[in-house]
Amino acid sequence: MAERIEIMHEKNMQKETSKQLILGYVFKVLVYLFLILMGVIVLFPFYWMIISSLKTLTEYRLSVPTFFPTKIMFSNYADAFTTASLGRLFLNTLYVGIVSTILSLIITILSAFAFARLEFKGKNILFAGLLATMMIPGELFTITNYSTVTNLGWINTYTVLIVPFLVSVFYIYLLRQNFLQIPNELYLAAKVDGTSDFKYLCKVMIPLSLPTLISITILKMMGAWNSYIWPRLVANDAAHRMVTNGLRNAFKDTTGDVNYPVQMAAVALVSAPLFLVFIFLRKYIMKGVSRSGIKG
Amino acid sequence: MANNSMVESRHPWKAWIYLAPAIALLLVFTVWPIINTVRMAFLENYSGLKSVGGTTFKFGLGNFVKVLQYKRFIQCMKNTVLICFLTVPISTMLALLISVALNSIKGLQKFLQTVFFLPYVTNSIAIGMVFAAMFNIVGSFYGTENELIVTAGIINNIIQFFGGKPVNWINYGSTYAANITVMVIYIVWNALPFKILILLGGLQSVNKQYYDAAKVDGTSRRRIFARITVPLLSPMIAYVVITGFIGGFKEYTSIVGIFGESMGPADDKGRLNTMVGFIYDSLSTNSQGRASAAALILFGIILIVTLIQLYVSKKRVHY
Amino acid sequence: MKVELQNLTKQFMSRHKAGEVVTAVNNFTFTIPDGKLVGLLGPSGCGKSTTLYMICGLQKPTSGKIFFGEDDVTQLPPENRGVGLVFQNYALYPHMTVKQNILFPLQNLKGADKLTKEQMLERAYECAKIVQIDELMDRKPSELSGGQQQRVAIARALVKMPRVLLLDEPLSNLDARLRLQTREEIKRIQKETKITTVFVTHDQEEAMSISDMIVVMKLGIVQQIGKPQDVYNSPANLFVAKFLGTPPINVFGGEVKGGKLCIGGEEVLDVAGVSDCKVYVGIRPEGFILREDGPFTCKLQNVEVMGRDVSIVATNNASENPIIRAIIDADNLVDTNAENVRFALKPNKVFLFDKETEERIYLDGQKPTEIPR
Repeated sequence: MAERIEIMHEKNMQKETSKQLILGYVFKVLVYLFLILMGVIVLFPFYWMIISSLKTLTEYRLSVPTFFPTKIMFSNYADAFTTASLGRLFLNTLYVGIVSTILSLIITILSAFAFARLEFKGKNILFAGLLATMMIPGELFTITNYSTVTNLGWINTYTVLIVPFLVSVFYIYLLRQNFLQIPNELYLAAKVDGTSDFKYLCKVMIPLSLPTLISITILKMMGAWNSYIWPRLVANDAAHRMVTNGLRNAFKDTTGDVNYPVQMAAVALVSAPLFLVFIFLRKYIMKGVSRSGIKG
Repeated sequence: MANNSMVESRHPWKAWIYLAPAIALLLVFTVWPIINTVRMAFLENYSGLKSVGGTTFKFGLGNFVKVLQYKRFIQCMKNTVLICFLTVPISTMLALLISVALNSIKGLQKFLQTVFFLPYVTNSIAIGMVFAAMFNIVGSFYGTENELIVTAGIINNIIQFFGGKPVNWINYGSTYAANITVMVIYIVWNALPFKILILLGGLQSVNKQYYDAAKVDGTSRRRIFARITVPLLSPMIAYVVITGFIGGFKEYTSIVGIFGESMGPADDKGRLNTMVGFIYDSLSTNSQGRASAAALILFGIILIVTLIQLYVSKKRVHY
Repeated sequence: MKVELQNLTKQFMSRHKAGEVVTAVNNFTFTIPDGKLVGLLGPSGCGKSTTLYMICGLQKPTSGKIFFGEDDVTQLPPENRGVGLVFQNYALYPHMTVKQNILFPLQNLKGADKLTKEQMLERAYECAKIVQIDELMDRKPSELSGGQQQRVAIARALVKMPRVLLLDEPLSNLDARLRLQTREEIKRIQKETKITTVFVTHDQEEAMSISDMIVVMKLGIVQQIGKPQDVYNSPANLFVAKFLGTPPINVFGGEVKGGKLCIGGEEVLDVAGVSDCKVYVGIRPEGFILREDGPFTCKLQNVEVMGRDVSIVATNNASENPIIRAIIDADNLVDTNAENVRFALKPNKVFLFDKETEERIYLDGQKPTEIPR
């Protein structure tokens, strides 16, 4: 074998390697070019939103577009705020978001604890049943839920925006998995010390699962902020309207002769809280999202 | 094993106290809707309003037949399917390329990763309005030939800059193909972050030694991509494709974002409506039977597509 | 194919402190003779893996040169060097069968080297036969045991007919029983193919048992090179003495006074020709002779009978380790109730090291190891 090897590699040695090196550099440059180009495409709508929101209507309509406003119009933001009565919308959304997040967390924690740590008849069947409902598209529930909340007289209340979506099977599943990772010895030790289940849940399980709970909180808040379909059906009056619906309502026209600078200012205002959350809590969002595949 | 590690509770009913709020809400807002929706779907011409008035309805497949005979519904289904089959492959391919590229670089990686995730934290309606502004033609209200185009819109400006002819994307008189193109661009833009997140996560968990081994063996880049990266990533690719299809079949708000609730250009409202849109339209006219039937059809399609994909990926996804 | 390393140095930027440079391999010069099996040995972080990766071409040296035969390969990428590398965890592609894994490197060959399908299969089966896995060709790696995966990895490295075969910690992922078996296997494969082979390990027993030569490294610096037995018999410094041998060498603080070696006030050995100085004394466990009138007194702790041998566990105030372990023939009778035990020493198993530099002080009749050519 040894001689055969020598003969085989004889010619390989003389191979030109500088060519490979240059090809490698060219490839690397191409990779960066591709990524930067894609990055620019991804960012462009945000850029366009911001600069448009700062232009005068006349400048926006110039047939040769400017890529930076000549006269910065912060007044567009004030106009947008009043035109869409964003203040009221923000407060509504915040209220719905906070209340539903808190209630949802409580329900999720209690159920996840029962599924992760307590023993009772029919547990596995019940859990499998819950998971099965995750496959069904939400629209299927909406039809009946619409009648249900109508019959309950909940139309145009905050309740209708909060209660129907308090239980998320996915969040229960996520938290249960996290609870299961906490060593059972801790639970047994607590039992030996005579700690009650509830106290153990509050003092051990919740602090140890904080990252997951934060992820759930953020996703739930984002969900409230981005919800559109359900609020439009059941609470589209001025008093209870949510931010996305308000935005769409205030600027009905997307094509034709629209005062885009003000519209873009409103869009920027609606998007700003999401970006702030993103900047400060990116880690938790990405972690939560990578396990969910569900937007909001 | 799991059962052994549980402590035998002295009070088995205690678990049910912990579960009570969740179960109560699920019974009302999840279990009952499933039963009721199926019931309504099979009661011909069921309407909530008439039901209160005391009308009784015949049991049968009438709703399904009617829904499938609606031209509008067929149009909605066509739009939905078209959007799915265009956006999922495009966004998956792009996300795969971007993830592999991102994974291969060192400098700027964290920064670019953040940039590519940014579209995820957006409001579909709000950013849809930005896209509408970018594709809009300001001043051309009626799209007739003698109408003067005041501003072409930034996308058309860019097209003109490269020597192309401006296109009527979403305005009065725009073509179906142009509308769909805009929708595909927006939905792909929207779908990229999640796919990149999952695929990049998958790539980063691939053992670097596979690549070292391939390098020692003198494997070309294309072969590494096709023979090592893609197969090792196949579970994540399957996951992204399946969730992409499920999301695609439920598409609705992206279209509202760009076209408003008219779901189409001013001269052909509803042209771009989707299956979910059809369900809501039926609901708002109090035709719960029709809405339920459409929802069940949607569920059936999603189920079948998912099962087919699971079956295919079982055969094709490696290890 | 002989492999020559000339002043090989590799520096990294520190991951922990910005701007700090870590020298992983420092000025390594060594020639690996053609067709030999060489073990790079040292504790983790000693630069042995870095050296292996530089020979392979996955890492570029900061300075220094690497020659394969007469060819300078320092700047060549791995694929042009004609090396085969077996990874610590094998890096078998999980989605390919054994056959596809072994064929993979051959399918990369281009141009004049390109093989026909039949030639590839022939080569793959030839290599599979050498490592005795030709029965398993259609299995997936996940269906194989650790030892079988190891063989597949070796076959995949051999199939390109490398001029140099490199193995990174080849046995560390195997259980104890398989480890013994596999190391014999590696030796056999190497002998059969006569390919110059370099492997990295932190396990001295593994390196000693199969290498033709070992290189002991510490913090990027080569400590000693030689045949395993030579290095064991004549370590160049305290580190090497401590690193090789199980049970480990016994180390004492001592002093040379007037040609006598003293440990804890007792004159234990004649060391004529060594000038007076403070020393570390290393005594191999087998360097003790049990004798009632022996000059070296230790406190008896325990006697462990291990069949052929008897291991005496004792203590001594001058010892650097908590206990002393002496291995003597089982024929000797040890009074287990005695408080003290007395030893005489075998001069060739006693090594003196300078207290400051920890370098070896050679006694009469002891000499440094030679590097085999």
